[in-house]
Amino acid sequence: MIPLDFTLNGRGCRAEAPAHWTVLDLLRDGLALTGTKDGCGEGVCGTCTVLLDGEPVRACLILAARLRGRTLITVEGLEQDGEPGALQATFARAGAVQCGFCTPGMLLSARALLAANPSPTEREVREALAGNLCRCTGYAKIIEAVLAAAGGR
Amino acid sequence: MAYRVIGGSQPRADAWEKVRGRPIYAGDLDVAGMLHGRIVRSPHASARVVRIDTAEARSLPGVVAVLTHADVPQNSLRMELPGRMAEATAGAVLATQPVLAEGRVRFQGEPVVAIAAETPEIAAGAAERVHVEYEPVPGVYDAHEAMKPGAPHVHDGGNLLRAWHIRKGDAADGFRGADVIVERTYRTPFVDHLYLETESGIGWIDAEGVLVLRVSTQVLEHFRDVAEVLRLPHGRVRLEGAYLGGGFGGKEDVTVECLLGLLVWKTRRPVRLVFSREESFIGHGKRHPYVLRYKTGATRSGDLVALEANLISDSGAYAALSPWVLLYSLVTATGPYRVPNVTIDAVTVYTNNPVASAYRTFGSIQTCIAYEGQMDAVAQALGMDPLALRERNFLRKGDSIATGQVLESEPMLAETMRRAWEALGPVREGEGPTRVSRGLAASITPYGRMCWTRDSASAWVGMELDGTAVVRCAAPDVGGGQTSSLCSITAEVLGLPVEQVAAVGRDSHFTPRAGTTTATRQLLMSGNAVLKAAREVRRHLVDQAGEMLEAAPEDIELAAGRAFVRGAADRGVAFAALVRAATAAGRPVQVLDKYDAPSAPTIDPDTGQGKPFNDYTFGTQAVEVEVDEETGRTRVTKLAACYDVGQAINRQSAEGQIEGGAVQGLGHALLEEVVLEEGLSRNPHLLDYKIPTTLDAPEIVTIMLESGQGLGPFGAKGIGEPAMTPTPAAVMNAVSRAAGAPLTQFPLTAERVLAAVKNPSHLP
Repeated sequence: MIPLDFTLNGRGCRAEAPAHWTVLDLLRDGLALTGTKDGCGEGVCGTCTVLLDGEPVRACLILAARLRGRTLITVEGLEQDGEPGALQATFARAGAVQCGFCTPGMLLSARALLAANPSPTEREVREALAGNLCRCTGYAKIIEAVLAAAGGR
Repeated sequence: MAYRVIGGSQPRADAWEKVRGRPIYAGDLDVAGMLHGRIVRSPHASARVVRIDTAEARSLPGVVAVLTHADVPQNSLRMELPGRMAEATAGAVLATQPVLAEGRVRFQGEPVVAIAAETPEIAAGAAERVHVEYEPVPGVYDAHEAMKPGAPHVHDGGNLLRAWHIRKGDAADGFRGADVIVERTYRTPFVDHLYLETESGIGWIDAEGVLVLRVSTQVLEHFRDVAEVLRLPHGRVRLEGAYLGGGFGGKEDVTVECLLGLLVWKTRRPVRLVFSREESFIGHGKRHPYVLRYKTGATRSGDLVALEANLISDSGAYAALSPWVLLYSLVTATGPYRVPNVTIDAVTVYTNNPVASAYRTFGSIQTCIAYEGQMDAVAQALGMDPLALRERNFLRKGDSIATGQVLESEPMLAETMRRAWEALGPVREGEGPTRVSRGLAASITPYGRMCWTRDSASAWVGMELDGTAVVRCAAPDVGGGQTSSLCSITAEVLGLPVEQVAAVGRDSHFTPRAGTTTATRQLLMSGNAVLKAAREVRRHLVDQAGEMLEAAPEDIELAAGRAFVRGAADRGVAFAALVRAATAAGRPVQVLDKYDAPSAPTIDPDTGQGKPFNDYTFGTQAVEVEVDEETGRTRVTKLAACYDVGQAINRQSAEGQIEGGAVQGLGHALLEEVVLEEGLSRNPHLLDYKIPTTLDAPEIVTIMLESGQGLGPFGAKGIGEPAMTPTPAAVMNAVSRAAGAPLTQFPLTAERVLAAVKNPSHLP
């Protein structure tokens, strides 16, 4: 077991993980944070997207051991004072959520985009979310939600 | 009719939980002492199982169970629906899949051994230590080949699973009166559902000795299949429904249920079983590939006079729901058009390909490709505008479809077509090597089950003492907002804000049975059941309020959680007080009710004549495409969809269904195919099996007509499946026009489009 100290959703986290565990294994099986989803296990579907030092990464492709000393944000860390954050609220209001399985990963990719580019064009939103698959919505309302969040609505 | 809640766009209650990553999906739950399941699957598409040696796997520390067919009490997955299904399948060779293969494997991915171990890693290690000796036997990998004399038999009894026929009027005579006859053959491939949540579940045995399975399923009634397999009384197996991470028909057949139930029952320990993405690709049912040979005759003035169609569907290795999927194809084969003389022969046959079964549109998407391809071809042959040709032949109220069923309401097809076409906006010119073109497809898709199944759904609606309402209904929520719609209906009837209605639990034993979330039936069925129950609750509330407010019940209004006298809003009582008083007075403010869909006899087995479905959803999709004439690369730049939805329950949810269905349809049109070589999948990974991303999805315009003519609550029709039916056909027609040659084989890959561009052909 590898001891790990890192920052998780704004708080210090001390955990242990077998050497072969990915960040996704640690989150789901070690820390019971099941908001991060496992859709393919090979880095394609984007449902396990988390922010590592602010960058969107696939939790299924990164070994947990590499978390040491770094900062991780998952969907559970998007709330503000126990309430859904602005981006989460626009997703809910815009109808951007159907089955909900892609939603956590989408939210984190969108958050990374808005942090780097507070006023993206529609094209920039599409490019930023191109690695997050959704089979339910046709993406229309997801894109609308990100643009609405950028516009502060 | 003005509604307070119905037709609005309020966010769904589950959305607030889902944006926080809170819902516990079937694969998320962790139970103390839980084991991890793992399935050993056949690497062969057709082989004899000579020997299964599990000794080494069993000796691995941490392995708790290694099960084979010998451990399955009744080794057969039944796919039985209530109703007159036996009557309707008379004469068919219905080959049911074993839970674990016994002596023979018939497709790649067929489960052979089930393992439970202390960790996923040990389970994987055990799987490597199971030694199965196979002896490959000749298989058959093409539906057409499978029908030839001397083809290897997938099952005893031959490869023909089911045939359906339509004989209406006299096709030969009809063709004699035709001025043009167009013949074409269309081909579609195996397609994966590609829900993002793979098949998954967890099971345990509760304090009463009941086997409880929490599974990602569209069908809570599968508790019966598990009970049959384990030879338990049905009441000893309970299915608890979780929110699904997508279904699209792929979680209609049994997936993990029986394997999981077996592992739990044999180990007496909680077990979690989650299929990997690769397992999901090779292990579950696909969309049926079809070959559709169409011959259409029309007069010079543009009247369709005859259709002769031959449909062949590849069922894969087992029957699953293939006969019923084929029936939907049969019924929709003439499309939303009046055709007086029709001959249709449709067969579904066994091969050693993956099992094919239910998939959104259930056989209606393949026929739409053919009938809409034919409409453009006939228009071209006649030198007629394709929209004018369609408008001339569209079904109207009082017309009969190919089965002779007379339409009792106006399909509004011309309006859906005109509105969708106009919504594409001004025509653009292509630049450089880019050709810009447009096409459309109109469609007919049933909603609700076949009439002879005598479909029914139950629901319970009750008031709580705080004046809020609760809905209990075992309708699985696949992500389409099924649960939320039931809340909206209840809120509308009872005069409550929608957030004061809670729909709790989807459970085979603790909530009233509502049947499957399939066949676009849930709004029709559970929606009507909830509507009936809520109206009955309302009646008791109004009676109580009338007594308390000294007014006639017909003068009582319910709104915003209060009852009051119409025109005198200050003469009122809040629901909390009203419910307490009603309860004290012994009035039932909790009601269980049931909705029965209208039923009809089975259709005639030789002529297909009769009433197969109670109603249909009609609509049109139009697309604009860009085709690169140098590479064949095709992009859909704009899509417009117009449907008569009857009445939107939640406008945003209905739009979401249409947008999502259309983009899933675009995947079928341009990208998706399970590539098989002799039954073996060559692309069982997301890296090689591409679905549309944000960069592929076009701008979408959604137009909903609300005729109020549907059979659902408030006149609603179903939209879940119809949303997808016309998309591939519309894209095909646009691309064919751009290429100058008909494209008839899906998906419309760059290679196929380029070949068409390089060899433009024109119809005589």
